[in-house]
Amino acid sequence: MPLCAGSMTELNLVQAINVALKCAMSEDDRVLVLGEDVGINGGVFRATEGLFRLFGEQRVLDTPLAEASIAGVSIGLAAQGFRPVAEIQFAGFAYTCIDQILNHASRLRARTRGRLTCPMVLRSPVGGGIKAVEHHSESPEAMFAHIPGITVVMPSSPARAYGLLLSAIRDPDPVVFLEPTRLYHAAREDVTDDGKGIPLGQCVTLRAGRDVTIASWGAMIKEALEAADQLAADDIEVEVIDVATLKPLDSQAICKSVARTGRLVIVHEAPMTCGYGAEIAARVASRAMTNLLAPIERVTGYDTMMPYLRTEQYYMPSLNGVLAAVRRTMAYT
Amino acid sequence: MPDIEINASLTRMLDTNGKVVGNLPDFARDQTELLRLYRTLVLTRTFDTKAIALQRTGRLGTYASSLGQEAVAVGAAAAMRKDDALLPSFREHGGQLWRGVTPKELLLYWGGDERGNNFAGPRGDFPNCATVGSHLAHAVGVALAFRLRGEKRAAVCVFGDGATSKGDFAEALNMAGVWKVPAVFVINNNGWAISVPRAKQSAAETLAQKAVAAGFPGEQVDGNDVIAVRAITERALARARDGLGPSLIEAVTYRLCDHTTSDDASRYRDDAEVSRHWPAEPLARLRNFLTNSGFWDRDKEEALLRECNSAIEQAAAEYLATPAQPASAIFDYVYAEAPAELIEQREAANAFMRGQHD
Repeated sequence: MPLCAGSMTELNLVQAINVALKCAMSEDDRVLVLGEDVGINGGVFRATEGLFRLFGEQRVLDTPLAEASIAGVSIGLAAQGFRPVAEIQFAGFAYTCIDQILNHASRLRARTRGRLTCPMVLRSPVGGGIKAVEHHSESPEAMFAHIPGITVVMPSSPARAYGLLLSAIRDPDPVVFLEPTRLYHAAREDVTDDGKGIPLGQCVTLRAGRDVTIASWGAMIKEALEAADQLAADDIEVEVIDVATLKPLDSQAICKSVARTGRLVIVHEAPMTCGYGAEIAARVASRAMTNLLAPIERVTGYDTMMPYLRTEQYYMPSLNGVLAAVRRTMAYT
Repeated sequence: MPDIEINASLTRMLDTNGKVVGNLPDFARDQTELLRLYRTLVLTRTFDTKAIALQRTGRLGTYASSLGQEAVAVGAAAAMRKDDALLPSFREHGGQLWRGVTPKELLLYWGGDERGNNFAGPRGDFPNCATVGSHLAHAVGVALAFRLRGEKRAAVCVFGDGATSKGDFAEALNMAGVWKVPAVFVINNNGWAISVPRAKQSAAETLAQKAVAAGFPGEQVDGNDVIAVRAITERALARARDGLGPSLIEAVTYRLCDHTTSDDASRYRDDAEVSRHWPAEPLARLRNFLTNSGFWDRDKEEALLRECNSAIEQAAAEYLATPAQPASAIFDYVYAEAPAELIEQREAANAFMRGQHD
């Protein structure tokens, strides 16, 4: 099947990532994929399945097991004009990359006044709900979003994963692309492999509603949409916004929505304190305070360690948690 | 693997008196090349003296001197081709000067102006790296890029003895070895990582031997012998260009200065130790060799000092006359294109700084 040629297939999220990688690599030979087990094995989640066969070992590089240096090597490649797409096997292993991303990737352009740049993508599965062993269910998006010069993206559906990843790879600056593991093999949808990117830095309104705005991202979009469905039966109209790009934040889209609904519920899986929801709440509080009819609600993970798999479900924000938060905001009129 | 060797006895071509003790490479018979090397050593030290003076008088930020270690970076850089890439640590001014970064650009950098990193000279070279050892992986990436494009170019990465204790060092060397990238890693082993002496940094007999674990050659060279440093680096670069992979060079030198202008080495180091190392310093050694070879005399020395002084004075004057970037420049180059939220912050900052903020 020709790549990027407009064929439409029903895909799950990890397959959409795979198709986007193939498309990006076929359209631009500066695009390289590197990481642990990304070669012949096709990645532990099969995101890079088939790439090695299609593009060969010069463009699909199995790395030694050294996450910090996977990021560091990508910086050197990017500064030399390549477009490396590095895979970190699980987000819990990505923390050692923060030195490279924060001290180098993010600021190479600024500290050389544009002489050297760093067009790289750091991909990693994120989030819980897949009964994984410890350190495999982390949600580090706020840590990355705190870094100036970085773009942080988290898709919530196969089609958006495809389009956002293409834009991330084409972006002239470093992008941290976080893929919700819980969605990898969940819902499938039609994805058109037409090479069209979805612009970064823009929220996507998935469902319009007049009463409450839910802003969420990644896997929690599922609960947000389910909550909207259920609340519709009680004549509560929920607007669901997929933030999609956390940084830079499209706060205008969220504030506009809140201006209509007057209520905001932020849903994310990461712990509450200094979670990205705090940033969104602060922006809305400063820009749309007078539109608010109710206090901003956050439905998040707890400020605990991500529990082991037998108690993981008690940590994860739930549909009921989202429903309750929406109803609390509706109590204000 | 027959090509791996640990050269426990360090390579030296000139003794401390400038007497030839090794097999001189061809470039060491070329007067022009020797004088270029010597001029860059002198220029580096002149720069160093001026930079410290500027810092002491509040006109430069914290500065890391390279006093006594000039031959490491100058020797390594002199072995490079123009289109190779240098990835320096923060003490490699001499290498940068050799490569064409100007003293004014260096002063801009140390004076706290990012434009100093946007040098007109070696456009592919990295700015110096302050987070110790984190740039070794960049060198692997740059070298990998050269290899993937089939270019006969190489990356040279310089860092201190302290950096060899980091995981970054082990990771980068390991990757470089696996991929056989055209990279040369040069340790400026100056005996001290701020206050921690070499003996407390590693129990390894040499730092060069750390290359063994990564599967490629490592060797020690007298880091105060610019001819030896250049010769050994040239050999490593030739090896890299031939597709034989990376090398590690431990240039053994001594930090005759404080760690930086913020440091006071007398708190942890005997003056007597420093005095003991002065006779081995690199400039006198090459000067003695040049004099013995009949290439050099007092008049030439004085003329060179005048020339270097005037070049550095002029650079300093130009640096001091360069206005700081405007406030709004802090928002430039964060991204290729500033996102809305950053534009908003920039406008708010501009308004605030114009006093129009209410």
